[in-house]
Amino acid sequence: MGTRVFGEPVQRREDARLVTGQGRFLDDLGQNALAAAFVRSPHAHARILDIDVSGALDIDGLVAVYTWEDLPGRVGEPLPLLIPHPTLTHGRTGYPLARDTVRHVGEPVAMVVARDRYLAEDAAERIRVDYEPLPAVVGIENAARADRLVHDDVPGNVAAVLRQENGDAAAAIAAAPHVLEFRLAIERSASMPLEGRGVYARWDADDGSLRVYSSTQASTSVRAAIAARLGLPNGKVEVVAPDVGGGFGVKIVHPWPEEVLVPWAARLLDRELKWTEDRREHFVAAAHERGQLQDVRVGFDDAGRILGLDVRILHDHGAYTPYGIIIPIVTSTQLLGPYKIGAYRAEVTSLYTNTVIVTPYRGAGRPQGVFCMERTMDRVARHLGLDRAGVRAANLIQPDEFPYDQGLTFQDGRPLIYDSGDYPELLRKARDLIGWDGFEAERAAAASDGRRIGIGLGIYVEGTGVGPYEGGHVEIDTAGRVHVSTGLTSQGQGHETAFAQIAAAELGVPLGDVRVTTGDTRRFGYAVGTFASRAAVMSGNAIALACRKVRAKALRIAGEALEADPSDLEITDGVVHVRGDATSAVPLRTVAVLSNPLRYAFDEEAAAATQFAVGRPSEEAPVAPGDEPGLEGRDYYSPVRSTFAAGAHAAIVEVDPETAEITILRYGVVHDCGRLINPMVVEGQIHGGVAQGVGGALYERMVYDASGQLLNASFMDFLMPYATEIPKIETDHLETPSPLNPLGIKGAGEAGVIPVSAVIASAVEDAEGLRVDAMPLSPDALYTLRRRAEHDPALRTE
Amino acid sequence: MKPPPFGYAAPRTLDEALAALAAAPGGKVLAGGQSLIPLLSMRLAAPPALIDINRAAELDTLRTGDGGVRVGALARHARVERSAEAAAVQPLLRRALRHVAHPAIRNRGTVVGSLAHADPAAELPAVLAVLGGTVEAASPEGRRTIPADDFFRGPLECALGPGEIAVSAFFPAAPPRTGSAFAESARRHGDYALTGVAAVVTLGEDLRVTAARTGHLGIAATPLVLDLTAAAGSAGDWPAAAAHVRARIDPDADIHASADYRRHLTGVLTERALRAAAADALRRARD
Amino acid sequence: MEETHEIVLTVNGTHRTARAPARRLLSDLLRHDLGLTGTHVGCEHGVCGCCTVLLDGAPVRSCLMLAVTAAGHEITTVEGLAAPDGTPSPVQRAFRECHGLQCGFCTPGFLCTVTALLRDTPRPTEEQVLDGIAGNLCRCTGYQNIVRSVHRAAELLSEREGGA
Repeated sequence: MGTRVFGEPVQRREDARLVTGQGRFLDDLGQNALAAAFVRSPHAHARILDIDVSGALDIDGLVAVYTWEDLPGRVGEPLPLLIPHPTLTHGRTGYPLARDTVRHVGEPVAMVVARDRYLAEDAAERIRVDYEPLPAVVGIENAARADRLVHDDVPGNVAAVLRQENGDAAAAIAAAPHVLEFRLAIERSASMPLEGRGVYARWDADDGSLRVYSSTQASTSVRAAIAARLGLPNGKVEVVAPDVGGGFGVKIVHPWPEEVLVPWAARLLDRELKWTEDRREHFVAAAHERGQLQDVRVGFDDAGRILGLDVRILHDHGAYTPYGIIIPIVTSTQLLGPYKIGAYRAEVTSLYTNTVIVTPYRGAGRPQGVFCMERTMDRVARHLGLDRAGVRAANLIQPDEFPYDQGLTFQDGRPLIYDSGDYPELLRKARDLIGWDGFEAERAAAASDGRRIGIGLGIYVEGTGVGPYEGGHVEIDTAGRVHVSTGLTSQGQGHETAFAQIAAAELGVPLGDVRVTTGDTRRFGYAVGTFASRAAVMSGNAIALACRKVRAKALRIAGEALEADPSDLEITDGVVHVRGDATSAVPLRTVAVLSNPLRYAFDEEAAAATQFAVGRPSEEAPVAPGDEPGLEGRDYYSPVRSTFAAGAHAAIVEVDPETAEITILRYGVVHDCGRLINPMVVEGQIHGGVAQGVGGALYERMVYDASGQLLNASFMDFLMPYATEIPKIETDHLETPSPLNPLGIKGAGEAGVIPVSAVIASAVEDAEGLRVDAMPLSPDALYTLRRRAEHDPALRTE
Repeated sequence: MKPPPFGYAAPRTLDEALAALAAAPGGKVLAGGQSLIPLLSMRLAAPPALIDINRAAELDTLRTGDGGVRVGALARHARVERSAEAAAVQPLLRRALRHVAHPAIRNRGTVVGSLAHADPAAELPAVLAVLGGTVEAASPEGRRTIPADDFFRGPLECALGPGEIAVSAFFPAAPPRTGSAFAESARRHGDYALTGVAAVVTLGEDLRVTAARTGHLGIAATPLVLDLTAAAGSAGDWPAAAAHVRARIDPDADIHASADYRRHLTGVLTERALRAAAADALRRARD
Repeated sequence: MEETHEIVLTVNGTHRTARAPARRLLSDLLRHDLGLTGTHVGCEHGVCGCCTVLLDGAPVRSCLMLAVTAAGHEITTVEGLAAPDGTPSPVQRAFRECHGLQCGFCTPGFLCTVTALLRDTPRPTEEQVLDGIAGNLCRCTGYQNIVRSVHRAAELLSEREGGA
C-alpha cells in the first residue's frame, strides 16, 4: 500500500467546489424550469368543501393549477406506507394533494405551476378554498384522551402499540428493595437543514424517460416510488441527489407529495418543472421529531443496580405514518444503552395528532430513550445518596461480555446484540476529561463567588449501520482514474472523501486518482439510503469489497502480462509490480486496457499495452467464462445485524441564580465508532451532533397552539443555536473495532446528538438541586421550576 | 416566500420622495428594509407602492453637536455604532446598537427606520424614549418635530401620518455627571430581547443620585419610560427601584417567556442596568 | 404584465445588467438572473445568513434587499472571493484546512462575512470572531471548526501581508 490514507485526517475533496460557490444544490439547477408553488391548508383539521381557482387564472405567466381531482390513477392514491410493522395496526398516509380532508396545517391542497416562483405564489394566493373546520387534536395527552379523532376510523388515535420485553419487569420491580416512579417529557424539534426540500424534473419525450433531481437522502427509493406512481419502468426514471444542503433525517422520507407531483406535471406539460421548498413550507409541510411522554417505573437494589424497568411511552407521530413506527422501535430498544438491567418492559403507544408528521431526525428516537435511561440513573443515585457515575458503573455491561444480547428485537428486525465495546473505559475517560472527581472543589470555589455550577453525564449505545445492504462499484479506466460509485446519498458527511480514502487504501492508488459518485441512480441503481449512521459502515464496506474484487482482477491480469504469480504482486501508487522489484511493473491504466480485449487501439495507452503479452490461448474464448471485460467490480455489503457504537458525554453548566439563564461552561465527548476512516470528519460529525443536541436541550421546540397552528414557524422564533450558543466541545476517542464488518468500523453520524439533553438535564439538576424532567429547558422553564419548588419539596433532589 | 407585486419609485431627493408618497396613497417608505422586506416576503404586508429613499443622499447624515446626535433617515445602524463622535456625545446609543440583531443587519438597517417601525421589542425606540429624544417628520405641508412620548403609538404603529416621512431622529446628549447602561436578555445572541432596559442615572455635585430613569422594551405595547428617582432615593437603592418596576409593569406572555418570568427578569436587568449606569455616571463625574 | 426595471450593477468586478420587476430580491437576481448560484437562500427572512454578500464591501443579507435598490452598487459574492486566476482566498483555504464546512450550504454566507470581518479586524479575539459570525446559522458543523477557520484565515492573511 502506498501513502497511508485510511485513518488520516485528509482534507475533503468536496470542499474545493463548495468554498468557491461551485456546488450544485437543487435550486441551482434548472434555471429555465417552470416553478411550482402549493396552496397549503391553513387549518389543522378541516373538510374541503370547495376549491375555486378562477381568481388565479388571469395571472400572467400561470401555466397550470392542479387539485386532487386532476390526479389520475396511482398519482392520486394515498402515499405509500413505507415501513409496515405488525404492530402498526392503523397506519394512515396522506394524499399527494388533499382529497377531502386536511389533517395538519401545511398539507398540500393545490399545486400551481407558473413561469417563476413569484408568479406561482401570486396565483396560489388567489385560489380560494372553502373549508369546514373540524376540531383539532393537539398535544400528546389530548391525543391519548381521544375526545376527538384525527382519523375517523382510528379509534383512540392509536396507530400502534409496540411492546418490547425481556423478563418479568413487573415482578422484578415488585421484589426490588427500592422503587421509583416518575414522568419525563421531551418536546418536538426538527432536523431543519438550511437547504429545504426540492424537486426538479425533466421529461424527455423523445426517449420516454424522466430525470428527477431531488434533495433527498434516498434517491434509489425515490426512483422506485416515482416509477411506480407514474407507471414507468425503473429504467426510464433517473433520480439524482445533487449537492444536498443538510438532511439530518427529514430527507429520508419518500416519496414526498412533491416528489410525485412535480415529475408527474413535468411529464404532463412536457416542460421542465422545479419546486424549491421555502422555509415557511419546511416548518409546516416537512417533518418534525422527538415529542414523547414517558412514564417510568424502576426497581433497584442498595448498590443502585437496576432490577426491573417498566417504561410506558406516549409518542406523537403527527397526522400520518408514512415512515411507520421506526422512532418508537428505536426509543424502546436503544433506551437500555450500555446497561444490563434485570428485567425490562417498554410499551410505546404511537398517537395521531393534527400536526406535521414525525419522522426520524438525527438520533431518531435515541435521544428520548437515553434521556429516559440516564434520568433514571440520576434518580436512582440521588435516592440512594450514591455518586451518579458510580451507579452507572455498577450497571455497565463489561468488556468480556460481548457479544451482548439485550434480548430484544432491533429496528432491522434482528436481535439486539451488541457486537463490541468497552463501556467502563468510556466512562473512565469521560470522568477524566471533564474532571468529575475534582468537581466538588470547583463547585465550592464557584459558590464562594456567588456562582452556581453543576456537572452531569450520560452514556449511550447507538445501533448503526443497519441493513439490509449497500453496494459499491469500482472501475479503473485506461487513464488510471478510479471511479467509485455507491447508491446512497450524501448531505455533507464527506463521503466523497471517506469513500475515496477506502478505495485508495484498498487499491494502492493515489487518493487524487479516485472520484466518488453518490446518490445517482445512473451510476448505481441499488441502495437503501443515508440514515441510521449507516453510510460509512454499509457503503464503506461495500466499496472495500468491490475494490478487493477489482484488485484481484488487476493482479490476475498483471500477472499474465508480467508472467508472474499474482500472489507475488502488489500495487503501489497505481502501479502493479512484483514485490520487491520495481522494474517488473505495469501501471493500472495499462491493466485496464488489457482487461478489455478490444481490437481498437484508440489511444496511446492502448497502443502502449501491446508490449505486454495479451490474449488467451487460441482455443479459448477471449473473455473467459465468468469473466467480464473491463477493470471493474461490484459488490455488496449485507450485515447479519447492526454494529453498535457508543459514547459518554459530560458537561459542566452554570445557571444564573437571578435570571435562570443556563450557560454550558464545558462539554466533553468520548466516542467509540470503531476504526476511524477520517478522524477530522468524525470529529466534525460529533461537533455538529452536539450542537444539535444543545439546540434540543436548551433552545428548539415546536410550539403549537390548541387549534394546531405552529406559532414559531420561522428562524426568528425556532431557536437554532448560533455560534454564540454552542460551547467549545472537547473530545477523546476510543476504538473498539466492529468484528462484524471487514473494515471494523461503526457509524458516527448521529452520535453527537444522542445524550445531550440527558447530560444537560443532569448538570442543571445538579446545579439547582431541582428535578429536571422535561426538555428543552428554557430560562423561563427553569425560573418556573424554581418558583414551583418553593411550594413543592418533591421537586427538589435533596 | 416572495414579495407580492408593488409599484416602485426611487426618488433622489426628499421632495421627490414626498411627491412620490403623495402620489401613492398607502405606499410604504423603504430605507434599510430589514423589517419591511421579510413582511413582504411572507406576504404579511402588501403595500401598493414602495418609495425607496436609498438614493436620497440628503438623508444620509449623522451630525453630532447642538446638544445631541441627529441621525438622518438613511444613516445605517453600523455607521452610528462606529461613530466615535456619536458615542462621545451620547454613549447609550452605541451601547444599545450593539444589541440590535447582527452586524449584517446593522450594515443595512437604519436607526430612523427602526424607530418608525415602532416594534416594542426593539432597542432604539426605548433609547429614544428614555432620552426624551424626538423624530423630525416631513410632509408636503412642511416639517414637524415629534417627541418620543408621542411618536410611539402602539405595536408597529407610530405617529407618522399618511404622506409623512421621518427624516431624522434626535438623541439628546448626556448631561454632565450622567451615566447610562443598556441591558437585555435574548434567547440567542442577536434575537429580539425577552425584555430589555436602557437606564440613565444622573448624579449631583455631591455625587448623590438626582435622577434615575429607565426605558423598557419588550414589556408593553410601546417603549415604557419610568422615572425611578424617588424609588431609588438619593443613595441609589437599586433593588428598591427594581422592585418598583416589577410592581409597575404588566408584561404579556409569549412563546419565549411567561409574563411572570418576564416581570422577574425585567426587575433583575433593571437593577443591573441602574447599577451600571450609576457606576458610569460616577466615572464621568470624576473625569 | 408587471413593470420591469433595468438594473445595472457591478458583481465581482464585472458590470452586469438585468431586467427585473421591482419586487425581485437581490438574492434571486444574483442566482436566477445572473446565474451566480453560489449565494444560497436558507430562510428568506434574514435570519440564517446563507445569502450574505458584500455590498460595497459590507456584509448584507441579499434576501433582505430589492435588486433595484442594489443598482449602481458593487456586489461581491462567493464566486468573487478567489483571486482572478482562481487561487482560493485565505479565507476559503482556511475553511478547507480546518474542516469549517460540511454540507456547504451556509458556507458562502460565512465566507463573505468572514472576509469582511478580517478586513476590518485582521487579528480578531475569540470574542470578536464569535460576534462576527453570530449572525450566520450552520446546522452541520457546531461552529467549532468555523471558529478555527477564522483564526487560521487571519494567520494566512498575516503571512501573506508579511510576505508581500
